[in-house]
Amino acid sequence: MVEKLLKGPTRYYLWLLSLLVFIGVAGTAYIYQLRTGLGVTGMSRDVSWGLYISQFTYFVGVAASAVMLVLPAYFHHYKKFKRMIIFGEFMAISAVVMCMLFIVADMGQPQRMLNVILHPTPNSVMFFDMLVLFGYLVLNVLIGWVTLEAERLDVEPPYWVKYLVYLSIIWAFSIHTVTAFLYAGLPGRHLWLTAVLAGRFLASAFCSGPAILLLLVLAVKRMTGFDPGQDALKTLTKIITYAMCINVFLFFCEVFTAFYSGIPGHQHPLVFLFAGHDGHMSWVTPWMWACGCLAFASLALLIPPALRDNMNILPWALAMLIAASWIDKGLGLIIGGFSPNVFETLTPYAPTGSEILITLGVYAVGLLILSLLWKIAIGVKKEAGTFELH
Amino acid sequence: MNTDRRHFLKIAGISAFALSAGLAGRAAEAAVAPGKYEHGPNTLHAGRWGMVIDTRKFPSEADYLPLIKACHEAHNVPNQPGPHEIKWMWLAPYKEGFPDDENHYGPEKFKTGKFPLLCNHCENPPCVRVCPTKATYKMEDGIVAMDYHRCIGCRFCMAACPFGARSFNFIDPRIAMPSDKAPNPAYPTRMPGVVEKCTFCAERLAAGKLPACVEASGGKILFGDLNNPKSDVRKALAENFSIRRKPSLGTQPGVYYLV
Repeated sequence: MVEKLLKGPTRYYLWLLSLLVFIGVAGTAYIYQLRTGLGVTGMSRDVSWGLYISQFTYFVGVAASAVMLVLPAYFHHYKKFKRMIIFGEFMAISAVVMCMLFIVADMGQPQRMLNVILHPTPNSVMFFDMLVLFGYLVLNVLIGWVTLEAERLDVEPPYWVKYLVYLSIIWAFSIHTVTAFLYAGLPGRHLWLTAVLAGRFLASAFCSGPAILLLLVLAVKRMTGFDPGQDALKTLTKIITYAMCINVFLFFCEVFTAFYSGIPGHQHPLVFLFAGHDGHMSWVTPWMWACGCLAFASLALLIPPALRDNMNILPWALAMLIAASWIDKGLGLIIGGFSPNVFETLTPYAPTGSEILITLGVYAVGLLILSLLWKIAIGVKKEAGTFELH
Repeated sequence: MNTDRRHFLKIAGISAFALSAGLAGRAAEAAVAPGKYEHGPNTLHAGRWGMVIDTRKFPSEADYLPLIKACHEAHNVPNQPGPHEIKWMWLAPYKEGFPDDENHYGPEKFKTGKFPLLCNHCENPPCVRVCPTKATYKMEDGIVAMDYHRCIGCRFCMAACPFGARSFNFIDPRIAMPSDKAPNPAYPTRMPGVVEKCTFCAERLAAGKLPACVEASGGKILFGDLNNPKSDVRKALAENFSIRRKPSLGTQPGVYYLV
C-alpha cells in the first residue's frame, strides 16, 4: 500500500516539499531552544506551562474524536460511516504523533524522556497519559492498516480487528479523560480543579475533532472527488452540533458554580480571562470574547437543520466552531489555569516567536503524516473500486 | 631515547590495564550490588522534620535577608531576577503567602509586612504524587527531595505545587553563577531544564548540621522532629498559636509560622 505515496500530481509533491521546508525551519528553532533552554519561550516560574502543553491537550481531543465515527459504525451498525472511518483513524494517528512532539518540545531535558519508562510511577497521571497515548497510537495504526488492507483485497477484515475496535472506542474516551486528570487533580489551580473538566474535554473534543475531520474531508472532496456520502455528512454534523451544545452547557455550569458560590478563588480565572485581573487586562481577553461570539454563531448556524445541511454555510459554521474550541482549550485553559497564580497575583504570559514557530512546525509534521496516510487511503479506495459512492 | 619510549609504553600499558580492570571491577560491583546508603556518624535523625518560624522575632523585612543569603549561598542559587528567577526562600506579603486568610482590618504587619516562604515539605506532597519519574520524592524523614539528574523537566510538579515553591531552570544557571565561582563548591550547581527547590538542607543534616537558614536565624527559626512531642518544634507549637499556608488543601505543610 505504501506505493500509493509515490504517484501523484505535481501539486502533491509541491505540498509535501513545502511542508518539509517549513518543518526544517521550525526544526532549527527547536535546536536553538534545545541548546539555550526553555527561556526562549514566554513561560516563567509562575506560568510554567504554555502553548506546547495547551496544543498537546487540544490534539489529544482531536485524536480521541475518531471515536465519533467508529462508535456509531461498530456499536450501532451505522454503515454509512464506514467509508469515512479510515480518515478518522488516520487523523487520530497524526494527532497522537503531534501530541508526543508537543510533549517533547515542552521538556527541559528531552534526552532523559526514557526515565518515564525506566522509573515507572503509577501514581503519576503523566505516566498513564504516556501509556494510553502510545496504546492508542498502536491501536489506530493496527486497525487502520489491517482494515484498509482488507478493503484493498476486497475481503472482510480478520475477525479479531472487531475486538480491537471495541477496545479502541473505550480507549478513545480514556485518553482524553486521563488528559483532563492531568489538570483536574491539582490542588490550588482553581480553573482546573473541577470534576466536570473531563466531561468538558470530551464534549469539546467530540465537536472540534469531527469538525476538523469534516472540513478536511470536504477539502479532499474538492481535490480528488471523494464523496463521503450526504447522509454520513448530515449525521456527523448532528453529532458535532450536540457535542458543541454540551460543551457550551458545561462551560456555563462552571460559571454558575464559581459565581453563585461566591468563592473568590473559583471566580478569579474566569474574571481574568473575560475582564482582566486587578485592573490588568490581558491580551487573552479579546480572544476569549471572540471565542464566545464564535461559539454562539456556530451554534446559530448548526442548530437549524436548513442552515446545517446547506453545504455553502456548513464549512463556515465548522470553521467558527473549531476556532472557538481552539481558543477555549488552546489558550484559555492553560493561561487561565495559571492566572492568577498560586500567590493570587498575575504573571503575564504570551508565547514568543520561536515558541509559535516550533508549534507551527509540529502542526506541519501532523499535516505531513495526515497527507501521506490519506494519500494511501484514497489510492487504495481507487484501486479497490470503493472510491465512488454507490 | 628508544629505551625511554619502551619504558614509557610499558608503564602506560600496565596503567591502562590496571585502570580498566579496576573500572570493570567497580562496574561489576555496581551491577551486582543494589544501591544502598548508610547514615554517617553525625547524621541528625527525625521521624518527620519540621520548621517553626517565629515571625514575631523578625521586626522588619531586613531581618530575613541574612537567612535567604545563607540559603542561596549554601545551594549556589543563581541571582537572576525576572520571570526565570530561581528562589528557594523568598519574601512575600501576607496575602500572597496566605491568600485564603484575607482580613482587611488586621494588624499592620499583615498588610505591609513580608513573610518568608519556602518549600513546605508536605506530608501529602502533590509534587511527589505527579512526578512521572520519581525525580522528586519523599525521604524517610519527611523531606521532599529532588534528583536533578533524573528530572526530565516536564514541570508537572510546578503545576501541582499550591505554594509556588518550585523553580525551573529556564536558562543556564551557570551563566549567572559559573561553577568555579559558586559560593559553596561542596554543593552542585544545576543544569538548564531541571526543577529545583528547598531541600530542608538534607545534605547538611546528613553531616550533622542544621539547615543554613536555621543556623543563620540565631534561634528565631526552630527545626526539629514533628513526631517527637519533646522536640523544640512541638513545644513551640503546643505553647503558641501557629498558622500554615493553605491548610485546607490537605497537603499538611511542615513549615509553621508563629504570628
